[in-house]
Amino acid sequence: MKPTNIHNPDYFHKVVDCQWACPAHTPVPEYIRLIAAERYTEAYMLNWDSNVFPGILGRTCDRPCEPACRRVRTEEKPVAICRLKRVAADYKGDITDYLPPVPKKKNGFRVALLGSGPASLAVARDLLPLGYEVHMFEKDPAGGGMMRTQIPAFRLPADVLEEEVDLILDMGVECHFGHEITSMKDMLDMGFDAYFVGTGAPRGRDLDIPGRAESDAHISIGIDWLSSVAFGHTTSIQGKVIVMGGGNTAMDCCRTSKRLGAESVHVVVRSGFDVMKASEWEKEEAMLEGIPIINNRPPREFVHENGQLKGIWFTCIEQVPDENGRLKSVPTGESDVFMEADHVLMAIGQENHCPWIERDLGIEFDKWDCPVLDEITFQSTNPKVFFGGDSAFGPENIIWASAHAHQAAISIHLMCQGKDLKKDRPPRGVNLISQKMGVHEWSYDSEHDPATRVLVPHSKLDKTLSNIKVEVELGFDARLGHFEAQRCLNCDVQTVFTEQLCIECDACVDICPMDCISFVDNGEEAELRTRLMAPAENHEQDLYVSEALPTTRVMVKDEDLCLHCGLCAERCPTNAWDMQKSIFHLPQLGSYAE
Amino acid sequence: MTFVTKPVARHPSLKVNELGLTRRDYEGSVSTLCAGCGHDSVSAAIVSACAELGLPPHKFLKISGIGCSSKTPNYFLGHSHGFNSVHGRMPSVATGASLANKELYCLGISGDGDSASIGLGQFAHIVRRRINMLYIVDNNGTYGLTKGQFSATNDLGSTSKRGVPNLYEPIDIVSMAMQIGATFVARSFSGDKRQLVGLIKAGLMHRGFSFIDVISPCVAFNNHGGSTKSFAHMRNMQREVVSADYVASEAEMTIDYEAGQLEDITMPDGARLRLRKVHADYDPHDRLRAINYLGERQREGEVVTGLLYVESEAKNTHDILNLVDAPLNSLDEDDLCPGVGALESINQSFR
Repeated sequence: MKPTNIHNPDYFHKVVDCQWACPAHTPVPEYIRLIAAERYTEAYMLNWDSNVFPGILGRTCDRPCEPACRRVRTEEKPVAICRLKRVAADYKGDITDYLPPVPKKKNGFRVALLGSGPASLAVARDLLPLGYEVHMFEKDPAGGGMMRTQIPAFRLPADVLEEEVDLILDMGVECHFGHEITSMKDMLDMGFDAYFVGTGAPRGRDLDIPGRAESDAHISIGIDWLSSVAFGHTTSIQGKVIVMGGGNTAMDCCRTSKRLGAESVHVVVRSGFDVMKASEWEKEEAMLEGIPIINNRPPREFVHENGQLKGIWFTCIEQVPDENGRLKSVPTGESDVFMEADHVLMAIGQENHCPWIERDLGIEFDKWDCPVLDEITFQSTNPKVFFGGDSAFGPENIIWASAHAHQAAISIHLMCQGKDLKKDRPPRGVNLISQKMGVHEWSYDSEHDPATRVLVPHSKLDKTLSNIKVEVELGFDARLGHFEAQRCLNCDVQTVFTEQLCIECDACVDICPMDCISFVDNGEEAELRTRLMAPAENHEQDLYVSEALPTTRVMVKDEDLCLHCGLCAERCPTNAWDMQKSIFHLPQLGSYAE
Repeated sequence: MTFVTKPVARHPSLKVNELGLTRRDYEGSVSTLCAGCGHDSVSAAIVSACAELGLPPHKFLKISGIGCSSKTPNYFLGHSHGFNSVHGRMPSVATGASLANKELYCLGISGDGDSASIGLGQFAHIVRRRINMLYIVDNNGTYGLTKGQFSATNDLGSTSKRGVPNLYEPIDIVSMAMQIGATFVARSFSGDKRQLVGLIKAGLMHRGFSFIDVISPCVAFNNHGGSTKSFAHMRNMQREVVSADYVASEAEMTIDYEAGQLEDITMPDGARLRLRKVHADYDPHDRLRAINYLGERQREGEVVTGLLYVESEAKNTHDILNLVDAPLNSLDEDDLCPGVGALESINQSFR
């Protein structure tokens, strides 16, 4: 194998599994260390800089970082990264002085943001400090988009939402709320320099089976129903409720129904339990609240009498692996099941829906009715129009909206400056800084903590089920947060090897608790992986290979299970190993750090 | 040294031996030796060897004297018996312990100061007596613990860290061990674990006195250009003659070994000592020729390593003294005081 180029920004970035998995590439270990040091405000700002909504995401993020956490591979349970983010938000101090200044004198460019959800808000935050005049258009009377309309208050309290939304609006966004956009052409005629479409995936999917039309009065689309609950238009739900669907919206629908007075609530899912789209913890919460989840039941027909819904017939299937090992739905042969229902909430998916964009404006759409976009710049085929969040590539999570927004903001800025959106894009970078402070002294807590994941306290069930505004998860207090923060392996503090200093004494090989380090003859990667101290079987994780040493061997380190405990560097007599913090630079406009 | 303890976490694919233990279960406390010390590699080799042999840790007796080397029994086999004795007096304690309980695997760890200077007399006599044990010398040619004076094994002309040459002839403990009766003699290098682990396994299972002289560089005082016991010198000048391994089962015997002439020595327990001749003309059963060969190569500045001499039908102290089969510490009062009748018959035999 060729020697590893550790100055390639992606190499060590990939070792920081959580940061690599995060769409916004939030520097997770760095803010966890700040939390351990009780520097909550700095931890919050590091998050705010990267993902814009730490308090909201600390409660609602889909957490792509957690399954990626190295701790899943070395032990079992990941570090509770998301809940730690919330600790930073809950305990932060005054952040006013950390916020980027917004110039009074504008730079002369006007940008229209369509929709007021996370993507539009994040674009506004990035553009405002550069002097852009930002106008936000929203059909609802308040900003926040799906964070306000689709996430119930027992998961995301209104004050947390409003604090982070208002923080951005108060930076000087010109708000046009209660302004439903009916024509993109009219918007373009308003003569803005750039347009950002962040209108989300606002259409809930429907189901075309017999009896659907006749029962219409008793069937609601999940996200629309949640929205009407959020704005106080719906305050109760009667009788037996069936929620159809297996995603997070379904979980929110069933838990909201339970709180609004339903006699009984059942979730019925077409697929198996394990393949449901809902996050693990959302399913757990629903079940803890006594809501049964019934799997492998595709609906057959709605039964109605005189316009009154009576119930639903379901067929019975099971998941059987086909010859390729992929699961296939097969009827079990059991007779169909009838379930009584007075109200049905449909939460079987969402899709993009832009009927208000006329198709003769130079904005092309593909066969799935999604806009044709450049994946790096988020520019549509109309050079002035950009998309981001769910309206770009379909429904995802809030964290994706932040990630898209940062890139779109860079593109908008480059376009307004008359620069090339790709060639002039600022590059990614990496800085490596030694963490050695003295003999056996590292600037990070290198010792490995074998503790298991801390459980998060919850409010009492009778309290949360009787009031939709009572938050279910209480979050870690400072003490629990500190314990959990100690579990982080500091994967961003990298083992950096300098071959010129190595005397091949084997001290690092002997001490490494995970048998990560080997000194072997070089070879092709596949074959090399088999003859290391421990076989490197996780091919998704890279091998770190040195230049040839005096004995012609090379140092090969399997990054997979490294605990970043720094013992190799502690034991190295010549400092050939050093622990260096890799700081990954993802370019952003208007970040407070720049 | 470090005071950060080694994490308990281990690689999930680590091999589990017949006792259900992994290599990590044979480790001891965290080493307090200098970072990069060759002795830590020797300890790691002992850990690997014991884990691969699948021996129960509580059946081990670790004995040592004084010095950097003699601290190391604390850093391996954390669940074994041990005795850290007086400087140069490890052989006396080992002799007593081995006689008292022959069922223990007796592992002596000593250094060049402990065995070739203050303990040279004791060393010579434990070799002569052929105590059934593995005696390892961590040999770095220097007194590291007292800041780097030349030891008795330091080669003539080799220099100190500051460039001052050594004025005296070295004591070659390997030739000495061969001359006075050791039945398994090897020399190895702490930086060559492939060779060292095999030798330790073979030496532990050899019935008789096994001796391994391990050149183990002192990174603090004797790992420089003028040293003949540095990593670089050993890598350039070591010449392996015979490698050894212990092969317990038929399954292991089919393992592909590297090229070289193989010789299997069947041991009393049915297992085999597998030798591989790296140097075709070298005969590890001819003591006199071996001693000569070592001297010749040494004159050329080379360091001969590997298994140098083995006597397969060796006798150890227990055989020489014709002791009972049971360990002496298990004999009770009835065994030791056979009574008036027996005394009478003994007395009769002298009349």
